Amino acid sequence: MSSQDIPEEKLPAEQDRPHGAAARPADETNPFADPGLPPHEPRVQDVDERAAKRSERTVALLFTLSMLATIGFIASFVAIPVDKSVYIFPLGHISALNFALGMTLGVALFAIGAGAVHWARTLMSDEEVADERHPIEASPEVRAKVHADFKQGAKESVIGRRKLIRNTMLGALTLVPLSGVVLLRDLGPLPGTKLRHTLWSKGKLLVNMNTNEPLRPSDVAVGSLTFAMPEGLEEHDEDFQNEIAKAALMIIRLEPDSIKDKRELEWSHEGIVAYSKICTHVGCPISLYEQQTHHALCPCHQSTFDLADGARVIFGPAGHALPQLRIGVNDEGYLEALGDFEEPVGPAYWERG
Amino acid sequence: MKKLSARRRHPLAALVVLLLALACTGGLYAAFAPASKAQADESAQSLAIDEGKKLYAVGCASCHGTGGQGTTDGPSLVGVGAAAVDFQVGTGRMPAQQPGAQVPKKKVIYSQAEIDQLAAYIASLGAGPAIPSEEKYGPEGADIAKGGELFRTNCAQCHNFTGKGGALTHGKFAPSLEGVDPKHIYEAMQTGPQNMPSFPDTTLSEQNKKDIIAYLDAVNGDDTESPGGLSLGGLGPVSEGLFAWVFGLGALIAVAVWVAARTAKAKKS
Repeated sequence: MSSQDIPEEKLPAEQDRPHGAAARPADETNPFADPGLPPHEPRVQDVDERAAKRSERTVALLFTLSMLATIGFIASFVAIPVDKSVYIFPLGHISALNFALGMTLGVALFAIGAGAVHWARTLMSDEEVADERHPIEASPEVRAKVHADFKQGAKESVIGRRKLIRNTMLGALTLVPLSGVVLLRDLGPLPGTKLRHTLWSKGKLLVNMNTNEPLRPSDVAVGSLTFAMPEGLEEHDEDFQNEIAKAALMIIRLEPDSIKDKRELEWSHEGIVAYSKICTHVGCPISLYEQQTHHALCPCHQSTFDLADGARVIFGPAGHALPQLRIGVNDEGYLEALGDFEEPVGPAYWERG
Repeated sequence: MKKLSARRRHPLAALVVLLLALACTGGLYAAFAPASKAQADESAQSLAIDEGKKLYAVGCASCHGTGGQGTTDGPSLVGVGAAAVDFQVGTGRMPAQQPGAQVPKKKVIYSQAEIDQLAAYIASLGAGPAIPSEEKYGPEGADIAKGGELFRTNCAQCHNFTGKGGALTHGKFAPSLEGVDPKHIYEAMQTGPQNMPSFPDTTLSEQNKKDIIAYLDAVNGDDTESPGGLSLGGLGPVSEGLFAWVFGLGALIAVAVWVAARTAKAKKS
């Protein structure tokens, strides 16, 4: 409602003087004039009971809406089956229960807040009140009293006279935190040489993770990408995740002429090279392999390795080339490891050197 | 007849005769030419190869060389197989519009018949994977759960967990797999187009490929459910974070402005 609708006699007289703290002009001690609080202007609801009634009804309506939404929440929880799916534009095919619960709870909470804010904005008093600051320090008498009480308490507790009590209490309080310190032992033991070794060892076959079959050189085509794990590791093993996190291998095949690094060529078999899949930066699985550029990209921080040049780091924060696994072919024609990785796989650590 | 002969000197008579003659010639050719081709059916395959060779000379030879041997502008096509041609031309990637980091998918300009002819010609240059038949990529007998596992092992690193695509180095990218023909997905796995590595049948079996295609259809099909509501493109924290910052924070700011806004004052006008 605009102010034009209010009858003339209900409007207050113009207020020229500020209310609350008095205004103070600038003087020698205070170069800035204190304008005081601005004049208080009454709201429509302060002068017009009809408007106030309307606000009251709006607030009550919001609170009632909240009540209905809560009842709706309970009703949806009871009535809608968990697996029911509905199509709602623009959300698509979504769970009816999720939608109903979220919607009703959202409305229930929002309506309470909106009602409270509308109440405060239109009906609660909006007169500004200046409250002077007071010193935080207590008065000298109170302080003297507290000191005296403390001294008397100390004397009455006989802690100064009964030394045995004092000393054993200090001992008990000193020892109690040790329980927490001892529990820290469970952070250990130190990994020892675990970070330097993986499940790979001489003679272990390279098992294709898709088919669980050992790989033959003829399976691996130029330009292809295959992931392998060491023979003997089963997906249902208790320590599968711990072991594959170190032993994961990506196998690619390059034309032998395009391998630039001498050691890489030596450790490969007919152009088949096996690299650790674990990024040397912070250990993300890295297998965004581009078969034409021979680059492998880490999705976490964009470290890029040139797999045709000893997996040298050509971009990004990684500090080491990817470790290469030396491979060969056994008597039955399967690809096998010729040993473990020669350096620790994954991210660098203090003792790695 | 009299009527007709009366008009024989009409200025448009010559034009009508010419048109009739042309229509007759064309009709006769249309009637007889396919018949003669059908008679020469000692090898429909060699015919397709011949037709494909002509198409190749016009559309492909400038980059891939006159015999498919490759030039500095395009790789050799010897041994890439019919599947590679069907994928590259069937998705509109080839013929390429311009050189660049990656040749994107665009409007297909050859008909499927022409693509088959081109594929036949390229397949004749050297053995390679053939165009898969429908039962290889159809949904029958596919294990969607296994497909999801295989997709996360082999594909998700570049194409995102539900095949929404992702960025690679230097302007290259892994395209979204939403709405891609299952046949083309199968061919891409088999042939490794552009910078994508290939996943030949020896390391990712035919059944594995079928499972992966069924998984993609389950997570990206028209009736795919998203129980959590708006999926925001399925891109993960980037789009979700942007949404939360823009709309979540925006709503909070709007409420804060409303709470602190001046109320309507009663003033004498």
